[in-house]
Amino acid sequence: MVIGLSHYLTVAAILFTIGIFGIFLNRKNVIVILMSIELMLLAVNINLVAFSTAMNDLVGQVFALLVLTVAAGEAAIGLAILVTYFRNRGSIAVEDINLMKG
Amino acid sequence: MIAALFFYLFSALAVASAVMVISSRNPVHSVLFLILCFFNAAGLFILMGAEFLAMILVVVYVGAVAVLFLFVVMMLDVDFVELRQGMLNYLPVGATIGLIVLVELALVVGSWAIDPASVSAHAAPAPSDVTNTEALGRILYTQYIFYFQTAGLVLLVAMVGAIVLTLRHKVGVKRQDINVQVARNPASAMEVVKVKSGQGI
Repeated sequence: MVIGLSHYLTVAAILFTIGIFGIFLNRKNVIVILMSIELMLLAVNINLVAFSTAMNDLVGQVFALLVLTVAAGEAAIGLAILVTYFRNRGSIAVEDINLMKG
Repeated sequence: MIAALFFYLFSALAVASAVMVISSRNPVHSVLFLILCFFNAAGLFILMGAEFLAMILVVVYVGAVAVLFLFVVMMLDVDFVELRQGMLNYLPVGATIGLIVLVELALVVGSWAIDPASVSAHAAPAPSDVTNTEALGRILYTQYIFYFQTAGLVLLVAMVGAIVLTLRHKVGVKRQDINVQVARNPASAMEVVKVKSGQGI
C-alpha cells in the first residue's frame, strides 16, 4: 500500500474539520478558539506540503513557511490582545466582548 | 510498508490529539495535546520529505507558540469550568457544520484531478541532488527574497504590536530618567546650609 497525496489530503481535511468543530464547541473560551485556528492553519500547511511533494515543486514549501510566519504572528498578537482584555475587564468569555455592540 | 505504518501512526495520533485539544477539560492539557499534535504533524512532514519545515514546525510551534499559549493560560486567573458551561448546547450546531465541511472537503478530495499539463509546469522544481534545506534556501533567498523579507516584516510588526499592547506604565512607580540624571549639577542638586552650633536645622 502506497501512501499518496490523497492520504495526506484526508488527514488535513479531518484536522481542518476538527478545528472548525472546536471553534463551535468552545464558543466561550477564546484561548481554545485560538488553538483551533492553529489546528486549521496546520491542516492548510499539511495540504501545501503534500501538494509540494506530489508535484515535485518547492514553492509549496515556501508558501507553507510564510503561512507558518503569519500563524506565529497571529498567535502572538491574539494572545497579547487577550491579556490586555483580561486586564481591563477581568474576563475572557466571548459573550462579554460586546462593548462595541457589533 | 514501514512508511505506511508510520503514516498511519502519525496521522492517527495527530487526529486523536487534535480531538483532545478541543474537548479537554483543562486548557493546560489542551496546550499539551496541541504540542503532541504538532510533533505528529512534523512527523508527517518528514515522511513527505520536507525536513526543514518539520524542524521549523517543532521550533516555532512547540518552542514558541505553544509556550506562549501555556504562559497565557497559566497567567490569566480565569474560571475555565464556568467557560465550559453550555458547551453541550453548541454541540449539535457545531457537529452539523463540521459534518457539512467534512463532506464538502471529502467531495473535493474525492473528485479532483491534476491537469497533466500543469504537472510538468514547475515554478521551482525540487532538485534531487541536494538536501531539502539547501534546496529551499536556494530558492528562498533568490527567487522569493521579497516574500522572505515581507515575512520578516510581518514578524517585526507582530513583535512591536504585542509589546505595545501588553506594556503597561504604572503610575507612582519611580523610574530612572537618564536626561534628568545627566542634567544635574551642583547648583540644582545641592544646598549649602550654615548650621549654628547646638541648634540643628
